[in-house]
Amino acid sequence: MTPAEFYQRDRRLQPPALTPDYKTSVARSPRLSLISLENTASEITGPTFGHGDIDPIDNDLIKNHARTGDPIGERIIVHGRVLDENARPVPNTLVEIWQANAGGRYRHKKDSYLAPIDPNFGGCGRTLTDGTGYYFFRTVKPGAYPWRNWINNWRPAHIHVSVFGTAFCQRLITQLYFEGDPLIAQCPIVHTIPDPDAIQQLIARLDMNASVPLDCLAYKFDIVLRGRRSTLFENRLEGN
Amino acid sequence: MRQTLDYLRETASQTAGPYVHIGLAPGAAGFDIYREELGRDIAGPNARGQRIRVEGLVIDGMGSPVKDVLIEVWQANADGIYPTPDGGAVEDGFRGWGRVITDFETGEWSFETVKPGAVAGRHPTVSSVARRVRDTHPDWMGRTDEAAARMAPHLNFWLVARGINIGLNTRMYFPDEAEANAADPVLNLIEWEKRRATLIATRGEDKAGLPVYRFEIRLQGDDETVFFDI
Ligand SMILES: [Fe+2]
Repeated sequence: MTPAEFYQRDRRLQPPALTPDYKTSVARSPRLSLISLENTASEITGPTFGHGDIDPIDNDLIKNHARTGDPIGERIIVHGRVLDENARPVPNTLVEIWQANAGGRYRHKKDSYLAPIDPNFGGCGRTLTDGTGYYFFRTVKPGAYPWRNWINNWRPAHIHVSVFGTAFCQRLITQLYFEGDPLIAQCPIVHTIPDPDAIQQLIARLDMNASVPLDCLAYKFDIVLRGRRSTLFENRLEGN
Repeated sequence: MRQTLDYLRETASQTAGPYVHIGLAPGAAGFDIYREELGRDIAGPNARGQRIRVEGLVIDGMGSPVKDVLIEVWQANADGIYPTPDGGAVEDGFRGWGRVITDFETGEWSFETVKPGAVAGRHPTVSSVARRVRDTHPDWMGRTDEAAARMAPHLNFWLVARGINIGLNTRMYFPDEAEANAADPVLNLIEWEKRRATLIATRGEDKAGLPVYRFEIRLQGDDETVFFDI
């Protein structure tokens, strides 16, 4: 069956390209308008992944780079569902994450922050959603870290999240923040998003019911990708 | 009762940041963690068609190469068919998708794949009611639907980097497809003809005779590349 088209992206709740408070965007933002393209086969199809592509340990950041023991830090579960704008689950889709360690340091050859590398923490994970769109990771809570923008900018604790969906036009990278973090309100990157509710949607909630007593806390983070229209291409029945 | 619409709202995008490689290409970040990194082989060993190399730079508004960009590529096979979740009609091992990172020193990126074929274009969306009205309208009587124009061979690109708040979508077309490009419905959507040229690569050859297509992506300034809201 020919896949259906997608609802147009609501650009009012997405960050614009040019956001001068986030200085790096100034020289890296297109100045001309995007050309709006009605969906073609190139946008409504997309890559798919299977369990042969990844290993079961890939979603456990506490164990997937452990050398001499577990990493330092507050042990947490991050879990939720990948849904579309129609509130339907997106099953079998690849979710990838990366983050700093508990001290706010990334395992990256370009990161020179003075907090140390944790020998037992890599900082990346990946998983496929199950049939109900559910995913989970186990990790340690990342630390805040300073970055060069204004003289004294600090990123709130965050996990970078990459999701595919079923179509190239659903491709999304975002960041997960943690409920209660006072640095969220001060962050120029968070505030590239013009819509306050859209910012709230990036803040994972403490989820005591999903925590493991005497072991780890949990945070819930649902991800919403663009939804498909129900009016299909010509020659298809309407309403699916 | 107040009527409500029960749609959810798309999660907002945030920049991939400077350390995107940790998550999506950890080898480039400087460590080895996964059995296999994804997106390294776009076409696979069984792909039909012309093997090619594609290379270029992403250039910022100051004219400097963007050295921390990550590009994802999505393409049809040589027959113009995209892979589908069940594998579909493409060759075994053809993924059509790749992940490309730059040399951290120079910003140069490149990848090998096969040249895609022309892809069936968009069919007009016409509801059954609108269609009935149209088919009985005097201005339409006797006419038939023209076949959807085929899209010229192209690669779909999605760019993320520090300083890019939401991934940028563009397309690369081939300079040796002048006739197909002239009829391409997407290129023709671009009002300014000189901007269409920003989507067309240049062609060379390497020492072994492999076609090499070079594609510079300019984020802003003169000759800013066309980016799409898809
Ligand atoms: Fe970060």
